[in-house]
Amino acid sequence: MSTNATVENLVPIFIMGKRYEVPETFTIMKAMEHTGYKFLRGCGCRGGVCGACSAVYRKAGDYHIRSGLACQTVVEPDMYLAQLPFYPALRQVYDYATTEAAAAAVFALYPELFRCVACNACTKICPMEVQVMDYVAALKRGDILQAAEQSFDCIQCGLCASRCMGELPQYHIAQVARRLAGGKLKPRAQHLADMLAAIQTGRFGDALADLRRADKDRLRTLYEQRELEPEMTGEEWRPQATVGL
Amino acid sequence: MQFLGTRSAAAAETAHKINEISGQNVGRCMQCGQCSGACPMFATGSLPVPPRRIMHLLQLGHVERAAVLETAWCCAACHACEVRCPRSLDLPKVMEAIRQLTLRRNVDFVAPGAVPRAVLASAPPIAMVAAFRRLTP
Amino acid sequence: MRIAYYPGCTLKLTAQNLEAAALASLRALGLVVEELPRWNCCGAVASLAEDDLLHQVAPVRDLVRAAERGADRLLTLCAPCYNTLARANRLMAEDEEKRKTINLFMEEEPDYAGQVKVVHLLDFLRDDLGFEALATKVVRPLTGLKVAPYYGCMLLRPKRVAIEEHPTLLHRLLAALGAETVDFPAMTDCCGAYQILGHEAMALDASAAILRSATRRGAQALVTSCPLCDYNLGARQPDLRDRHGDLPELPVYYFTQLLALALGCAPEALRLDLSPPGCRRLLAERGAIAAAT
Repeated sequence: MSTNATVENLVPIFIMGKRYEVPETFTIMKAMEHTGYKFLRGCGCRGGVCGACSAVYRKAGDYHIRSGLACQTVVEPDMYLAQLPFYPALRQVYDYATTEAAAAAVFALYPELFRCVACNACTKICPMEVQVMDYVAALKRGDILQAAEQSFDCIQCGLCASRCMGELPQYHIAQVARRLAGGKLKPRAQHLADMLAAIQTGRFGDALADLRRADKDRLRTLYEQRELEPEMTGEEWRPQATVGL
Repeated sequence: MQFLGTRSAAAAETAHKINEISGQNVGRCMQCGQCSGACPMFATGSLPVPPRRIMHLLQLGHVERAAVLETAWCCAACHACEVRCPRSLDLPKVMEAIRQLTLRRNVDFVAPGAVPRAVLASAPPIAMVAAFRRLTP
Repeated sequence: MRIAYYPGCTLKLTAQNLEAAALASLRALGLVVEELPRWNCCGAVASLAEDDLLHQVAPVRDLVRAAERGADRLLTLCAPCYNTLARANRLMAEDEEKRKTINLFMEEEPDYAGQVKVVHLLDFLRDDLGFEALATKVVRPLTGLKVAPYYGCMLLRPKRVAIEEHPTLLHRLLAALGAETVDFPAMTDCCGAYQILGHEAMALDASAAILRSATRRGAQALVTSCPLCDYNLGARQPDLRDRHGDLPELPVYYFTQLLALALGCAPEALRLDLSPPGCRRLLAERGAIAAAT
């Protein structure tokens, strides 16, 4: 153990039951790597969005099993932890084009949906604070739009499925709901269609050709002078540049 | 009546388990057969043995034999038998206890994935919820 | 006095006719109910094992939702939801040990002790309006229509949650609407319920026995309050007649559909598009609705 005074304060943690001392500012993932674990799987963006590194932990003297993303959750003294890199929940394969955006399609893919007992373990474990039990309840009554809305923050980490009494793969079911809602139930964005049509009819042809002809210095200048949305701005902000618009 | 043999210690223990899960004392059944007469599922002719015979099997400790017969699995817990029972036994709870002893070994009686697509699309959700509650672990 | 309304999953899908007709009727009667803004599936069937408290959690959670809204009654339309919620409620009110365990398990919810009363639309109409008052609001009486009031199991059994001891409420409702009620022996028999998934032939045979019993007594229609009965007796009637060819077609309605019709609600409120075709045909023949609505 290092005695170097410049090293950060160390705290004891228990990884899969074995005691280690790690710097108190480390996340679970850094702490595990610090103690010699090497992640080949169960580690992705390290930025808290990909959902690959779900971890479960318990605090000293507390019976609650808590969860977090290993790359985001900072260790605490006497934390008992383990990473849960993958959960073998069933993910059905289906043909999106021919799947009707109706409750019956979701029921046919995941009939185990009806085995939910409303125990709420899923919502309690969700590191993204998604109301998992509520979106399952919405799907049981066929409300795909509601389920899509309520599961929007899901990062597919699978912790909900790991705790489920009814053995539901909630996160995969919700993904079907979001896909059906997004592609088949929500209104189409007309301005997007208009802009795509404008691009196809060559509205930006001249501007693109101009860019293609530009030399390295001009490209650099253009890049450095590009207009960025200010960090603090309201909805009224509009870009000055109106190339092709 | 067919001779069903004497009860072993192990059989007695399993039979006791039925009483525990159901909260009923199957020993109180006096074999009057009111339950069988009241059972609308027995009236369809689909049950291999009537509920009275199930109670008798349990009294003799033959829980496994009761569990492999369809009777308990056919019960929809309509409570028609309970209304008529002169000993006020809650038979649907006894049938549930028989099913639970099997289901708790993680056995599906109705596999959700095996329910035909057309049924899943047209049946009321309550049919699936109820069937999976009573017929899956 | 606040009344929360619990619809249940099936009323949002295959039994939208049960709900639409009920809500239109309540509006016509000037009775106000408020749907719970948040609710989950009640579980459809009551937990029967003494040591299985997990399956009590779903209905209790809905009761907590009603208590949170300050409701003193929770109104249901679906017979199995009524039964499941009422039984869980009795458990919470009467079994202290189990109440403690369930409240401890649901630590994210406020404690609940069975204080909300679970009611079904039938006893709600009896207590809050009365059938004599209801009769005065009927604008399109069902005169001469012979209807079999089918109670099934969930409204009457087990006794501790029965909406009444002996089956009279559907009779009194139908009589108030001007219909002729037809008593039949299978009035409180089970249709096979969810066994339509586990033992299809048996459930179809049990349902056929009920239809046979009603038609023998001259019924022209049958009413129910249960989406499972409606499915087995109504939607599955063609399959059932495949097995029992001698059975005549018998239209199966939700009691709320005939209620809405008699109260003069718009025919669309009956959502006959979700009922078997015979249901529209019978009413059109009587001139109660236009043939094409």
